[in-house]
Amino acid sequence: MLKSPELVVAFVLACLSGSAAFAGGSTELKGEAKPAPHYDIGRAPTPEEIRGWDIDVRPDGQGLPVGKGTVAQGEKLFMDNCATCHGEFGEGNGRWPVLAGGKGSLTADNPVKTVGSYWPYASTVFDYVRHAMPFGNAETLSVDDYYSLVAYVLYLNDVVTDQNFELNNKNLASIKMPNEAGFIMDDRATSEKAFWQKDPCMKDCIAPVKITGRATAVDVTPEDAKEGKSRGVE
Amino acid sequence: MSKDNKIQSTSIARQSRRGFLAAAGGLAASALAPAARAGGNPANQPPNVPEWTRSLGEGVAVRPYGKPSKFEKDVIRRDVEWLTASRESSVSFTPLHELEGIITPNGLCFERHHGGMADIDPADHRLMIHGLVERPLILTLDELKRYPRVNRIHFMECAANSGMEWRGAQLNGCQFTHGMVHCVQYTGVSLRTLLEEVGVKSNGKWLLVEGADSAAMDRSLPIEKALDDCIVAYKMNGEALYPEQGYPMRLVVPGWQGNLWVKWLRRIKVGDQPWQTREETSKYTDLLPNGKARRFTWVMDTKSVITNPSPQAPIKHGKGFTVLSGLAWSGNGKVKRVDVSLDGGRNWWPARLDGPVLDKALTRFYYEFDWNGQPLLLQSRAQDETGYVQPSKAELRKVRGYNSIYHNNGIQTWHVQANGEVENVEVA
Repeated sequence: MLKSPELVVAFVLACLSGSAAFAGGSTELKGEAKPAPHYDIGRAPTPEEIRGWDIDVRPDGQGLPVGKGTVAQGEKLFMDNCATCHGEFGEGNGRWPVLAGGKGSLTADNPVKTVGSYWPYASTVFDYVRHAMPFGNAETLSVDDYYSLVAYVLYLNDVVTDQNFELNNKNLASIKMPNEAGFIMDDRATSEKAFWQKDPCMKDCIAPVKITGRATAVDVTPEDAKEGKSRGVE
Repeated sequence: MSKDNKIQSTSIARQSRRGFLAAAGGLAASALAPAARAGGNPANQPPNVPEWTRSLGEGVAVRPYGKPSKFEKDVIRRDVEWLTASRESSVSFTPLHELEGIITPNGLCFERHHGGMADIDPADHRLMIHGLVERPLILTLDELKRYPRVNRIHFMECAANSGMEWRGAQLNGCQFTHGMVHCVQYTGVSLRTLLEEVGVKSNGKWLLVEGADSAAMDRSLPIEKALDDCIVAYKMNGEALYPEQGYPMRLVVPGWQGNLWVKWLRRIKVGDQPWQTREETSKYTDLLPNGKARRFTWVMDTKSVITNPSPQAPIKHGKGFTVLSGLAWSGNGKVKRVDVSLDGGRNWWPARLDGPVLDKALTRFYYEFDWNGQPLLLQSRAQDETGYVQPSKAELRKVRGYNSIYHNNGIQTWHVQANGEVENVEVA
């Protein structure tokens, strides 16, 4: 006996599909309240399996694990795990990412996009660091360590100013980042409407042109790519 | 670019100029006999019988997995070392100037990793689908392969392709200016099939898609696209995905920026809002001149590039009949037309599309002409089926400025010099 309209729909769809893979469907329907799978391939993950992998965090705080850490604790962890690449103050060594500074630079010739100058949400820092850091040693620190590190990165950016500040799963979502309002949705369909045309111009479209810039003058192309050169890998 | 890099590259440039002069001298001296002009060993050329005719070749199965001729050893992916801090978080580029047709060979598809290439034993790989679904699911590769299959040919372009060219001509070769694109036939399971299997709840509007590599790349994907044409792929061009392309399974998001095509796909979580992950906030957002940044700019705009001639593929035959070859693509759908200019965009001539013209796939175009040996300013301009016409770089900068990094689909100019050499230039 089909118990709900949803079940009926699922059953009818499955039958209409004529799929031979609909094995076991009717027994599922008899025995359980849930609609039957169409293919019955794979299995349900256990709650423990989901818990182990379900590490994403949203701006509203959904997904934040229970834990806490202070700026001071984060400073020590940062020196041990992060400063080699990011610099002790988040200034970035070489081409490794700059984490702090750059405030007010987004309209400058060379914008410096950091956690403080650019990132819209504190949750993003936690989500990213917990997913991918320390580089080459990802997902190895404790939850409290990740809170501490994020607290220190926020401190480097003056988002929090007290060395004793404790970041935790209760207060992270309430932290406002300076550039949260700095983003707009993709508006190309309207702001670039002029790029949609009926027929493109074919003749005398612009005045005669001159060369204004040359890649050879900048000369940063890898040597082995130049014509006739061989890297000699065989 | 750092000062150090600049100094380094300048000394390389001096060497390369010497190299070129030597090569040019060699060319001039060889204008004697026909065989010598074409190069090679006259003993293997008519009227003589070549050595490979006079002796047996290698038997079958000596190369159980075939590879290109040893004479093609320069057809390789290349990287630009000064671009990134490490090769584990970097990019290598497709040698577009060496390829024809629309399919990119598996070993030449550009690479972009954020935490190196995960080398995964498929026996231990799992795909978990959970969140706002009726029936959470965990699948092995073998189980994924039991679902109905689809085959689709699509281009995949990194949103940062041509990103080094926003401020002017910088890299001298289409491998570097445009090589973060490839086109592959994928085999896999429609994401829609899997989502129907797990039963997305009515408030399920977004997917978090996540990789199993050392960066565990995560991105938000709207449900409309997920139900439209996305694929969980496990084959490319008929064989298993290459590790650097996400073996054993990756997401295919046709027409959308490559960063969403999560490799080594381990998890799909259904939610009711986007996650605002690092790769969709601090990266892959397009900074405008007013300091605001566009986000969720998923679609790759209509674009084209001439692959031959180009800086790495100069005209060597002198004046005469010349085949100009190139690629066009659009994240909006099919390429409708491509035009070619020889004078830097003043006058245009329709190019000939040849081979399949597919939805959100690379499309090959040709323009054959009789080169008179005079310098040229070559450009190509694509229009897609929605009417979008690839803009000039000036038109693009007018709206997007210079600091966008991503989504540079402006018209490329190659300067062909009288000696057949080609360079990347900007014109105005």
